[in-house]
Amino acid sequence: MLPANLKANPRLDRWVRIDPRGAVTIFSGKVELGQGTVTAIAQIAAEELDVELGRIAMVPGDTAVSPNEWYTAGSLSMEAGGSAMRAACAEVRKLFVDAAARKLEVSAADLEVRDGTIGVPGTDLSTSYWALAGEVSLAREASGGVSPKNFSRYRIVGTSQPRLDLPAKLTGAAYVQDMELPNMLHGRVLRPPSYGARLEAFDADSVRALPGVDAVVVDGSFVGICAAREERALKALDAARGAARWSAGTPLPAFAEIHELLPKLRHETAVLVSKQGGAKAEKKLEASYSRPYIAHASIGPSCAVAWLRGGKLTVWSHTQGVFQLRGQIARVMGMRDEDVNVIHRDGAGCYGHNGADDAALDAALLARGAGRPVRVQWSREDELAWSPFGSAIAVKMSGGLDAAGKVAEWRHETWSHPHVQRPGTGDGVNLLAAWHLEKPHAASRAADPPFPPGAGARNAAPLYDFASQEVIYHLVTEQPLRVSALRALGAYTNVFAIESFMDELAGAAGADPVAFRLAHLADPRAKAVIEAAARAAGWQSGAKSDGNSGRGIAFARYKNASAYCAVVAEIEVAEKIRLRRAVAAVDAGQAVNPDGIRNQIEGGIVQAASWTLKEQVRWDASGVQTRSWEDYPILRFDEVPQIEIILINKEGEPSLGTGECAAGPTAGAIANALFHALGVRARHLPLTPERIAQSML
Amino acid sequence: MERVKLQVNGREHEVAAEAKTPLLYILRNDLGLKGTRFGCGTGHCGACTVLMDGKAIQSCDTPLWSVEGREITTIEGLGTREKLHPLQEAFLDEQAAQCGYCINGIIMSAAALLQRSKNPTEEEVTKALERNLCRCGTHVRILRAIRNVAGKS
Repeated sequence: MLPANLKANPRLDRWVRIDPRGAVTIFSGKVELGQGTVTAIAQIAAEELDVELGRIAMVPGDTAVSPNEWYTAGSLSMEAGGSAMRAACAEVRKLFVDAAARKLEVSAADLEVRDGTIGVPGTDLSTSYWALAGEVSLAREASGGVSPKNFSRYRIVGTSQPRLDLPAKLTGAAYVQDMELPNMLHGRVLRPPSYGARLEAFDADSVRALPGVDAVVVDGSFVGICAAREERALKALDAARGAARWSAGTPLPAFAEIHELLPKLRHETAVLVSKQGGAKAEKKLEASYSRPYIAHASIGPSCAVAWLRGGKLTVWSHTQGVFQLRGQIARVMGMRDEDVNVIHRDGAGCYGHNGADDAALDAALLARGAGRPVRVQWSREDELAWSPFGSAIAVKMSGGLDAAGKVAEWRHETWSHPHVQRPGTGDGVNLLAAWHLEKPHAASRAADPPFPPGAGARNAAPLYDFASQEVIYHLVTEQPLRVSALRALGAYTNVFAIESFMDELAGAAGADPVAFRLAHLADPRAKAVIEAAARAAGWQSGAKSDGNSGRGIAFARYKNASAYCAVVAEIEVAEKIRLRRAVAAVDAGQAVNPDGIRNQIEGGIVQAASWTLKEQVRWDASGVQTRSWEDYPILRFDEVPQIEIILINKEGEPSLGTGECAAGPTAGAIANALFHALGVRARHLPLTPERIAQSML
Repeated sequence: MERVKLQVNGREHEVAAEAKTPLLYILRNDLGLKGTRFGCGTGHCGACTVLMDGKAIQSCDTPLWSVEGREITTIEGLGTREKLHPLQEAFLDEQAAQCGYCINGIIMSAAALLQRSKNPTEEEVTKALERNLCRCGTHVRILRAIRNVAGKS
């Protein structure tokens, strides 16, 4: 059986090339987003090929040469990308070992590969990948008949290897932002003042006449400026703002509580889980939870470089999906796919569908207009106001306990917009500039990927063993704000709601939150992370709060299929909530790079703490109002907790994605700790001092 | 356009630009020192932090005219891949980065701190980083890396 991504890209030379001079080049469709994937993929390739990591050169995602592995998203790079790379490399290794056996006239079973040298141990019979590179052709399809190495022989997978990309980043140029092409211009795009505003009049000549302006591109409501000097482009952008007159935009609904707003918007309802059984509920509870729209808020705003030469367009982008972006750009530019090449270049941290793809189309349009290579750099304001937000979510929970204090009824109802509206999903064009052109392209119709794992409904089905349960999803297709994928999608809020409600039920049952969870779980790996986190945190059943500090626990298995993660949060409440300590236990199956997993979990906890405690996109009728770091604060150095991670490494088990698993448990643990500290249940995020005060009323 | 002289990483440079141009663009585009990053353009995130006469400043809102006669140090002046500065080395040892985009600005803030205080307290370290943001959540490692260098010096 071939892994899906290898089946879709079966030619082995799409994955591996062996250079007679002793180098191995690896092509992966999974790209570096700051999560360390490229290093982990290199480890898998080195392991399976039996070469040292230092021999591997990783080629960034490139539509001209890389396998098409869909997006780098969904915590799937190890599960899907890693397993495909492992299988491809195992096939390549076998082709070389078989060729060596023929050449050396020995049995393949007697051969060993050491850093690319293939030989019979204890003899001087040997050859190598490099010597055989000319005669072993990888221009063939994977057979599916080769078993990868047994984990007991792993030397590189399972070890903490330093990230391959960091030395360059910490010393100088390394990002798409740092690219420079000959004769390159700096591009800026004038965005409308609000969603739906159209350009009614624009004095382009006055902008063209400014010193240092090389091109002004106007197409419908899309306005771009190019200048050889970056500061001139910025100055011209300011002038362009004054030279433009816009129609009134689409008014936004009044700013409102999310759990009140979403159910009032147009939505489609589906019952995802419905089963009846078990004992009758004696004691019933209900509660509603929500999170607001959240911004990606990467430190580096989006950037792209494009160059149109002789009818061929090359675009360098920090996109999550080079192939999907290529298709969309080709469509907007009226070009054939094969005339467009999209190449991945690292950008600042990517936590989902941000402005990267939009900036890529901006650059393509400006490169065509200017006839020179153009680098487009988005502003902080562009990034915060125009890139897609993580969808707001409202959840209504109800449930009941039987006479024995166990959950007998469970109902989970989620309202949210689509969470996946990437370029390349659906029938339309999901790129900002495409909607502003004189001949605009429509965005794809609102849709969500099927459940499970779903998107807005992700993790809405509990992993707990409830005999009777119902899960309902309302896909809110009416979207006042632009939304798409943000780390963990709906799982962050669904887990926050489930784990808060579990604590509420535990309280009603008079049970300890840890014991209550364990009593409802059959999966031993789920139990193990909860027990490990509780033990490491020094969890005391029945511990009383001193009135301003508290601890809480929460757990989830991301998508009910990826990594297991339990988090214990310890907080202090003064004028605001201070997360003091977070202890997480994680089971990600076979760890490929344990330190990489730890880094992802630490980051996941800090980012989720920031969402949970501070973040909220605000708007009024005229548009998004959170447009700078002053309006949209994130967690700072003086606010971060101590973090301890217990990594349960399951050698030989499939590797499970970890990028998103900490988000929901962190939110749940903080909210549960707040309840423990003050006896107050805050159900609507973020848990700001105002919210806590409201909850106390 | 004016000709402005500036001292960067121990070398004298002369650039032709408007005096109001933010130093960030001069460093990146005229001098090719790309390790200083653009993040917000308003001095709120610290990605563009460099040293001016040993003090951490945000180059995105520092006009060119104001650095004439001052000594500017960028990450490239601190250390190179071949000869890393102790802070760069400590950040790599701790793998104190995820995307890495904010890190050079943070290293520059930390370098300024360690120049004025050999063994800073936790509070002094977080205070020195009050103008730096990190979105990936690498804070714990960053603080550890800085502490490791502070402990050694």
